[in-house]
Amino acid sequence: MSEFATFNAHPAAPVRAESPLAASRVGVAVQSSAQGAGVCIGERALLGHLILRGKAADEGFRAGVEAALGVPLPLKLGPVARDDARGVSVQWMSPDEWLVVVPEAQDHETELRLRAALSGHYAVINVSGAQTLLELSGPAARQVLMKSAGYDFHPSAFPVGKGISTTLAKSTAVIRRTGEAQWELIIRRSFADYLYSWLLDASEEFGVFVAR
Amino acid sequence: MLHIYCPHCEEYREEEEFRPKGEAHIARPIDPVNTSDEDWGDYLFFRKNPRGLHHEQWFHAAGCRKFFNATRDTVTYEILETYKPGQQPAVTAESRKAQASAQASNQGAAK
Ligand SMILES: [Zn+2]
Repeated sequence: MSEFATFNAHPAAPVRAESPLAASRVGVAVQSSAQGAGVCIGERALLGHLILRGKAADEGFRAGVEAALGVPLPLKLGPVARDDARGVSVQWMSPDEWLVVVPEAQDHETELRLRAALSGHYAVINVSGAQTLLELSGPAARQVLMKSAGYDFHPSAFPVGKGISTTLAKSTAVIRRTGEAQWELIIRRSFADYLYSWLLDASEEFGVFVAR
Repeated sequence: MLHIYCPHCEEYREEEEFRPKGEAHIARPIDPVNTSDEDWGDYLFFRKNPRGLHHEQWFHAAGCRKFFNATRDTVTYEILETYKPGQQPAVTAESRKAQASAQASNQGAAK
């Protein structure tokens, strides 16, 4: 008899097997209300997202952005410039790049305002279709982020107001802390279903409520 | 896991956010047409692979998506400094040698 190495994929001991479609069938038990839930997840869909690029050292550029958006241009990593009453925020992404988020359907008008106020070497790109914003809140929201990303989410490293871009669950996300237990995640379109499934799964143990 | 200081973000971040991008300070020949095949080949393909101190480019892929330079010891993996493109390293093989001999002479004087 020839010698073959064989492998029984159904061992006697119970093991967890997953179909290739497992990630598409999220069986997370969600809470019926935000009351008592450790984590609340909700999407702020269809907001206006714009990437702004230019020279931070150029006084005219800084003044033009502030005139067009009504908030000062942040010049380094740290607090996101926000006007919550108008739903406008500007986040430092890199030394020459900022993310501007505005309410739904205001993206085009915001772009036109920026173009009217700016001149010279700059760029405004409407990326509203490329990403979406999730709101994560609740007493266990920080633990979910700690499970999912390598960044230090301790209040000393991540105070309220700060915004960063980092790795999240083998993908990337923009993460902003908007309150003691409130966070915003901006995720890319192509990773949205994967990250949403991940966040639901990671939140299940704390009790998760999906805000609609 | 290495903790790497991004000189643009001005923060330490997890290694997972970065990608190594090879040897730093490679100058493109100013006049490609009049550069010999050998020199052009060196510029395109030949890289240093030192045992010890190395100046490398790194890319902050998940953060600011900017390049920067790092001085790294390829034996210990220790990153001795990071600095922006266009800047020169403060830690070099020569500066390290000078430091080592200064330490040795100090110890000699103490005896
Ligand atoms: Zn960076």
